[in-house]
Amino acid sequence: MLLSLMIFIPLLGMVAVLLLPRESEELVKRVTLLFTLIPLALAVYLFISYDRSTAGTQYVTNVPWIDAFNIQYHVGIDGLSVTLLLLTALLGPICVIASWRNIEKGIKAYMALFLLLETGMLGFFAALDLFLFYVFFELTLLPMYFLIGVWGGPRREYAAIKFFLYTLFGSVLMLVAMIAVYLNSNIVNGVAEGARTFDIPTLITLAATQGHALANSDFQVWVFVGFFIGFAVKVPIFPFHTWLPDAHVEAPTAISVILAGILLKMGTYGLVRINMAMFPQGLDHFTDGIGFWGNSLALLGFINIVYGSFCALAQTDFKKLVAYSSIGHMGFVILGLAARNDSGITGAILQMFNHGVISAMLFLLVGVLYDRAHHREINGFGGLGTRMPIYTGITTLAFMASLGLPGLSGFVGEALSLLGAYERFKFLTILSTIGIVVGAAYFLWTLQRVFLGTLNPKYEALPEINGREILTLVPLGILTIVLGVWPNFAIDMFRESVTNLIDVLNAI
Amino acid sequence: MKNIDSLLYFTPEILLVIFAVAVILLDLVVKNRESSAVAHLSLVGCICTFAAVLFIHFSFGDEGPISLFLGMIRLDTFSSFFKILLLLATAATILFSLRSEELDARLKGEYYALLLAITLGMFLMASSTNLLMIFISLETVSLTSYILAGFLTHSPRSSEAAFKYITYGAVASGTMLFGLSFLFGMTGTGDLAQIAGRLTELLAAGDIAPLAVLIAITFVLAGVGYKIASVPFHMWSPDVYEGAPIPITAFLSVASKSAGFALFIRFFYTGFGSTGLMESVNWPLMLAIVSALTMTVGNLAALPQQNVKRLLAYSSIAHGGYLLMGGVLLTSEGIGAILFYLVVYLFMNLGAFYVVVLVANEVGSEMIDGYRGLASHAPLVAGAMMIFLFSLTGIPPFAGFFGKWILFTAVLEQGYYWLALVGLLNSVVSLYYYARIVKAMFFEEAGEETDSVSFSTGTFALLSVFVIPTIFIGFLNIFYTFSNISVSVMPMQ
Repeated sequence: MLLSLMIFIPLLGMVAVLLLPRESEELVKRVTLLFTLIPLALAVYLFISYDRSTAGTQYVTNVPWIDAFNIQYHVGIDGLSVTLLLLTALLGPICVIASWRNIEKGIKAYMALFLLLETGMLGFFAALDLFLFYVFFELTLLPMYFLIGVWGGPRREYAAIKFFLYTLFGSVLMLVAMIAVYLNSNIVNGVAEGARTFDIPTLITLAATQGHALANSDFQVWVFVGFFIGFAVKVPIFPFHTWLPDAHVEAPTAISVILAGILLKMGTYGLVRINMAMFPQGLDHFTDGIGFWGNSLALLGFINIVYGSFCALAQTDFKKLVAYSSIGHMGFVILGLAARNDSGITGAILQMFNHGVISAMLFLLVGVLYDRAHHREINGFGGLGTRMPIYTGITTLAFMASLGLPGLSGFVGEALSLLGAYERFKFLTILSTIGIVVGAAYFLWTLQRVFLGTLNPKYEALPEINGREILTLVPLGILTIVLGVWPNFAIDMFRESVTNLIDVLNAI
Repeated sequence: MKNIDSLLYFTPEILLVIFAVAVILLDLVVKNRESSAVAHLSLVGCICTFAAVLFIHFSFGDEGPISLFLGMIRLDTFSSFFKILLLLATAATILFSLRSEELDARLKGEYYALLLAITLGMFLMASSTNLLMIFISLETVSLTSYILAGFLTHSPRSSEAAFKYITYGAVASGTMLFGLSFLFGMTGTGDLAQIAGRLTELLAAGDIAPLAVLIAITFVLAGVGYKIASVPFHMWSPDVYEGAPIPITAFLSVASKSAGFALFIRFFYTGFGSTGLMESVNWPLMLAIVSALTMTVGNLAALPQQNVKRLLAYSSIAHGGYLLMGGVLLTSEGIGAILFYLVVYLFMNLGAFYVVVLVANEVGSEMIDGYRGLASHAPLVAGAMMIFLFSLTGIPPFAGFFGKWILFTAVLEQGYYWLALVGLLNSVVSLYYYARIVKAMFFEEAGEETDSVSFSTGTFALLSVFVIPTIFIGFLNIFYTFSNISVSVMPMQ
């Protein structure tokens, strides 16, 4: 009940915002903030009250929805989803505050869409029915399309439709796989018995049952591919990544934050929740280390890391640099998952959360600079450190966290992922560390070009970061430091879930 | 059942005839040309017929299917379902016509009388069980639609549309009649159920070649395919849809297609659903190919369109293709999926056409450019159009998604994975052209004139009649069961 409340309060907020008069912009913003703060409070409560000692799902609601197809409204949380729910709920109010001044037209529609987006994301992380999961997954598409297309930069129309088409392409393949799973969910030893189901926990059990159609390894490989492409577009995994730089560059600051912070995590969360837990034999086919296919998932992770990092190195647009660095950092998640051992998966999940926090910071910081200078050309700045010391300090913190400086959160996730991957894919893991070196290179080089050196005379009067902007960055900054020195704060949440997942993976 | 006894069950059709005549008579009496009394009378006609359909269904529906007029037509849940669907489409068309400014005020009487007449024809299409009756009902609908398509007497495009429609229609009807005569010649009967029995016997005994049956079916498919605008009999529809008055385009794309599918299902399911025929003639594969081609051609042709009416015409061809997927193997799941999709399609497509009517009235343009900046001067209308278009694409949470999902489930259940994949990739393609309209409405600024357009409360009320079901149908259990009921009463004799 509490969980459902959290999911649908933003939707309620959307209705409330739509009913407000168009002129009262301040009121619209305040109401939106209120309706994003309530889920945050609930998420914090869930995070604290969640029973860490068990892997079972908690706060479960399970009611029938569409009887004809045995679809249920089934939501619940485990350690993985509660972590990402917290991240989502945290970025909600931060993005509202970040949008406070720099959305010039149609603030009412913007906030309404933002709230709809939040409901979609929260619902996605809590859904335990495959059909519901898909509906929430797709529910984020529409608001995102409009948020980029209406409030974005000069090439927003192109970026919006590209984002939409790519994601839809991925999700239709996922839909086929999903229907295939549903149709096979009651076939045991070639005979249909009982009702079909979309229930994720049930399906996971069935897929591990000897003789069940879902446990057939060929079947698992095919549906694995279907789901994988759907999620790979979202992550994004090379070669499905080309929508991301466009979408990021064109999207307004707060939407970039959501895109990098949450939407990319939806892809990797799906990989863990569906691909790994439900199709362990499919996963095995792509990660058993034998031949090309056995190394393919790790190879994709490696390509993401190296390709993303080198692309980032070549950028002169600050936001595009951060966008490509996202691709690189998501590669560590894929690599960690491909390792499918304790440290690999723990690292991957931690990296999901950390990247959500750090990339949100980076995009917010880019937004702060853009709002003042109205461009993002890295070479067009210089010496800002003297003009904006606080801003420079926070940016340095975010850069260091992102490039993986020990003591900050980025390091722990990446180190654990690499540690896990090394056990299985030594060669690829060693090569992947190039990504870390390049990552340090482009961040330090950017730091140098923007903040050090002689001050560009054009920006002598550039105002320092203001209180509202600091307010959005401080919670994230604290998290990067806390998780850097005390990662168990997050790891404890999903330790049992990971153990449980590894048991499933080892059972085949 | 004998003819006289049948009349009681025929009340809805009789009511339609009475109101069609009454509309013509009223038109003679009413002096004021601007009066909308005629339209209102035909609306009352729809409501009375609606009540009669419901009354007869609930009074006699439990007794199972009733065969009327010596086996010419049949009353069952399936036909009642379609009658309700068709009446909704007709009522919506009448309301659109009332609000549309392109129709000639002097020709109102004929216009509304013809609308009721065409509804009668479609009623018969949905309930015919005899080859002769099938052909007559199809021709009633076709001839009436030729006139309606050419109703904009001052517009050469409208006349061109009507002429093209007739030319293609004549060829299709002729071909179909030829096919029907084959069937009659082979079996010696016009009754669909008996034809099925006879064909099975003859094929089993080896007295006729399976090829002969395939040819007959193909010819009949030409007539049906022409009504549902499936490839390769779709050529008429873009021109006709573009030239015809917008309410008629809406009507043809929804009602005509629905009636066509009713006929298609009854003809193939009752006449050829028996397993013996499925094995000897591989027409499921033929239908699958037709379906894949129809949606692909429709979607690809829609991509470059600039005229929204024409774009929606191609999109409706594509939707015919999606619907055909459900009919490939004629399983009850497949037919249930078609029925569900038709309900959804009724609301979302009529809704989209209603917005086209509104924009044509206000902006005077049917081109995508005319939709620029609609979101800023008419946000509710633009929002509604956005919902219809994304529902047509099949994006959750709108009803179109649930419709497509059921269709794809039915197809995958039969193992036609390639067909489902073609269908799904087509949905992705369709997003591109639907999104072009959305883009014009939301992302682009209007030209010089940016006056806020105010629409009446009635407009919004009518709009919400389409918007609310488009959002909520998928979430309600009752619609899933409704489709199943109407299939369960289709006996395979």
